Amino acid sequence: MSADGSNDPDADAPGPDAEGPSADGPADLAAYLRAEVAATDFRIVVATMLAVYALFAVFTLLAGGGLNTLGSTWVRLTFLFAAYAILSLALNLHWGYTGLFNIGVAGFMGVGVYTMAVLSTPPDAISGMGLGLPLPVGIVGGMLAAALVGLVAAVPALRLRADYLAIVTLGLSEIIRLTLNSATLSGWTIATFGFGTGGGSGIDLPARPTDALLDTVVGTALVDVLDPTITASVLRRSLWVLVMIGFVIGIYVLLARVGNSPFGRVLKAIREDELVAQSLGKDTRWFKIKVFMLGCALMGLGGILWQGSQGYVSPDSFRPIVTFYVFVAVIIGGSGSNTGSLVGSILFVGLLFEGPRTFGNIVSNAVSLPSAPGTFAGAVAPLASLDVTPLLSYLVGNISAFRFILLGVVLILIIQKRPDGVLGHRTETAAAIDLDRPAANGGGNDE
Amino acid sequence: MVASNTIDRGRTLLREQPVLALAGVAGAVLVLDLLARLAGVEVPLVGDRTFGGSLGMGRFGGLLWNGIIVGLIFGLAGIGLSMTYSILNFANFSHGDLVTTGAFTGWGAALLVAGWGVADVGHLLLVRPGSGANPNEIGASIAQAPLSILIGAAVAAVATVVVAVAIDRAVYKPMRDRGGIALLIASIGVALALRYVIQFVYGSRNRGVTSTQDVNATVLGITIDLHEATLVLVAAGLMLGMHLMLQRTKLGKAMRAMADNKDLALVTGIPTERVVTATWVLGGALAGVAGYLYVLERGTIEFNLGWFLLLFIFAAVILGGIGSIYGAIAGGFVIGFVHEVSLIWVPSDFNAAAAFTIMILVLLYRPQGLFGGVTTA
Repeated sequence: MSADGSNDPDADAPGPDAEGPSADGPADLAAYLRAEVAATDFRIVVATMLAVYALFAVFTLLAGGGLNTLGSTWVRLTFLFAAYAILSLALNLHWGYTGLFNIGVAGFMGVGVYTMAVLSTPPDAISGMGLGLPLPVGIVGGMLAAALVGLVAAVPALRLRADYLAIVTLGLSEIIRLTLNSATLSGWTIATFGFGTGGGSGIDLPARPTDALLDTVVGTALVDVLDPTITASVLRRSLWVLVMIGFVIGIYVLLARVGNSPFGRVLKAIREDELVAQSLGKDTRWFKIKVFMLGCALMGLGGILWQGSQGYVSPDSFRPIVTFYVFVAVIIGGSGSNTGSLVGSILFVGLLFEGPRTFGNIVSNAVSLPSAPGTFAGAVAPLASLDVTPLLSYLVGNISAFRFILLGVVLILIIQKRPDGVLGHRTETAAAIDLDRPAANGGGNDE
Repeated sequence: MVASNTIDRGRTLLREQPVLALAGVAGAVLVLDLLARLAGVEVPLVGDRTFGGSLGMGRFGGLLWNGIIVGLIFGLAGIGLSMTYSILNFANFSHGDLVTTGAFTGWGAALLVAGWGVADVGHLLLVRPGSGANPNEIGASIAQAPLSILIGAAVAAVATVVVAVAIDRAVYKPMRDRGGIALLIASIGVALALRYVIQFVYGSRNRGVTSTQDVNATVLGITIDLHEATLVLVAAGLMLGMHLMLQRTKLGKAMRAMADNKDLALVTGIPTERVVTATWVLGGALAGVAGYLYVLERGTIEFNLGWFLLLFIFAAVILGGIGSIYGAIAGGFVIGFVHEVSLIWVPSDFNAAAAFTIMILVLLYRPQGLFGGVTTA
C-alpha cells in the first residue's frame, strides 16, 4: 500500500527495525507504538480507522445501543470514509499533484451520477426516466461524461490563474446543478426513450448490484444465521461498503502508480513551477488536460458509488458544500499525499462530520435537557438569571449548525497553523523503485 | 477603405479568437431578435421555433428596471470584493456572508426601532426568528417608519465593518505573507463559520421582514415602489461617495497606489496595514448595506442569502475587471441585465446559469474584464 512515503514500497510486514529497542516504560511504549504505526502507510490508515471505530463504539455504548446499532454505525462510517476517500483521492490528483484548484467536485459528481441514472434507470421508474441499459454501461458512461465535461472545462480554463480556475469550476458546478434542477429538462423524451432528469424531484436509480447477493441461497442462509444480532439491512449495506473499499484500494493503487510514473513527475513539476516544466520541453497543457479528465472521471465514479447507490438522487446532493467537505478532507490529510487523503477522509468523517451529531445525541439522551427553546433569544435570556440549561439545549438542538461552524474554524486553523495537514509534509520520492540504500542496521525509517 | 479595414479586423478576430467572435455573433443575433420582438415581427423558423415574436414594451421596461435593481446590489457588494481582491490579492469567498451579516444586523435594528412596544425585544432584534408579530404589525417600511429604515442601514454598515475587521485581525492578518490560494481557502472556512453562526443566532427560517403597506406611490402617473426607489438612491449615493473618496482623498490615493503596486507603495511610505484596515472598513460597510438594501427590495431574509449572491458578485467583479470599482459597478449592471433580460429567451430556472455562463466566458476569453485591464481602484 505504501506509495508516497520514503519507505519500502510494499513493506506490509514489519520492517527490520520493528524489533528495535524493547519497551520498558510508558513513554518508550508510546514512542514504540508510534513508530510501529508510522512504519507503513497501510498501518497509518488502519490505525486511524480503528481509532475512529473505537471512538464510535464508546459513543454507541454510552447511548445504550446494542450490537446491531454498533454494526450499523460502523457500516455508515465506513461508507462515508470510502465515499470521501475516492473523491479526495481524485481531488488530490488535481490539486495536490498538479496544483489545479478545482472546486467544482460536486458538479462532476452530478454529471457522473445523472448520466449513470439516465443510462441505467429502467424506463418505467416513478421519478425521472432512463434507458434501462446494464449497470456497467451506466457507470462507464457516467465516468466518460464526467471526463468529457472536464475536457470541455479544461481546454480553455487550465491556462488561467489558480483563483480564476476556482471561480470557473465553482460556476460550472452551479450551472450543472441548476441544469439538473431545471423543470424544462425533467421530462425530456425522444421518441419512446426518456432522458428525463426529474428536475427538483430527483430521479430513481438502479438498485445496488450487491443487494441481489442476499437473495441467493447462501445469502438467505447468512441472513438467517445473523438475524437477531445483525439485521438484513445492515448486512445489505455492508456488502456494498465492501465493494466501495475495493474501489478505494483500486484507485489508490492506480494513483500511486500514476504519481510514480514519468507522467506523475511531470505533474509535480507543473505544480512546483510550470515554466520550468515547459522549458524542459514538456507540453504542460496536454498533461494538465489529461490529468484533469482522469480526476473528473474518478469524481464521477465517486459520485456514482456514493450518491448513486442509494436508490434515489436529487440535485440537492450536489451543492457546493459537498465540494468543500472533500476539500477539508484533503487539507486535513495534507495535499499531495494519497495516504493523507485517506487519513483525512477518515478524520473528517469521524471527527467533523458524524462525530458532533453523535455526541450531541448522547448528551441530549444522557442529561435529559428540557426541550430546546425555539429561538436564540429564548436560549440567551435565562442567562440573566444564571440559568444555562436553555442555552445548552439550544446548542444540542442546533448541533448541525454548530458542526458547520466547527468545520469552518478547523479549516482556518489548519491553513493557518499547519497548511501541510497530517501527512503533507512528507517527502515524496517520485520514483517507482526504492531509492534508499540498503542500510546496514535497518535504519531506513528515520525520514 | 474603412469597410475593408473593418473586414480585415473581423478576419483577424475570427482567426485569433474564434470563440469571442462566435460570442459576438450570438450577441448580435440576440439583439436583432430582441428588436424584432419589440417591433412585433415574427419569422417562423424550424418547427415551432421562431425568430422574433411579440414582447410588450411594458414587460421589457419592467425587466430592465429589475436589472438595474439587482445590478445595483451586485455592484455595491462587488466594490468591496473588488477592493479586497486587488489590495489583499485574494478571492474572498466569505464576502457573501458579510452581505448576510449586514442584512440581519441591520434589519434587527430597523425592526427594533419600527416595532418598539409591538413585540418583545428578542423577537425584533433577531428579525422574527419564530412566530410572533408579523411584518405588517411591526411596520418596518420606508413609508411608515423612514427613520427606522435609515437607522437600520447605518447599523448594517457599522456591524458588518466590526465583523469584517475582527475577521481580518483573527484570520487574515497572521497570513498576510501567504499566497492567494491559502487565503482563499481560509476565506472558505470563514464563510462556513460566519454563515452558520448567523444561522445559529438568527435561525434558519426564511421569513418576511418589510411591511408592504403604502409602499407604492404614484409620481407623474408612474407607479413606483418606494423601497426600490430608496435602494436606487442609497446605492447610487454610496457609489458616488466611493468615487469621490478614491479620487479626492489621500486615503483613496493610497489605496489606488497599493492596488497598483504593493512594493512601491511600501517604499513610498504608505502605511499599508492602515490601508488594509480601511479596505475592510469600506468594503465591509458597502457589503453590509448591499445586503440590507437587497432585503428591503425583496422583503424576505434567510441565512443563505449572501452565499447565493456570491457567484453573481464575483461575476460582476470579473466582468468589470478585478480591482476596478467602476468595473464592478458596470459589471453589476451587465450581470443584472443578463439575469433579468435573459428571461425573454430562457426559462426562469436558467437565468442564473446564463449569468454564470457570461462570467465563465469573460474569465476564459477576456480575463482582464470587459473594460480593458484597469487594475487600479
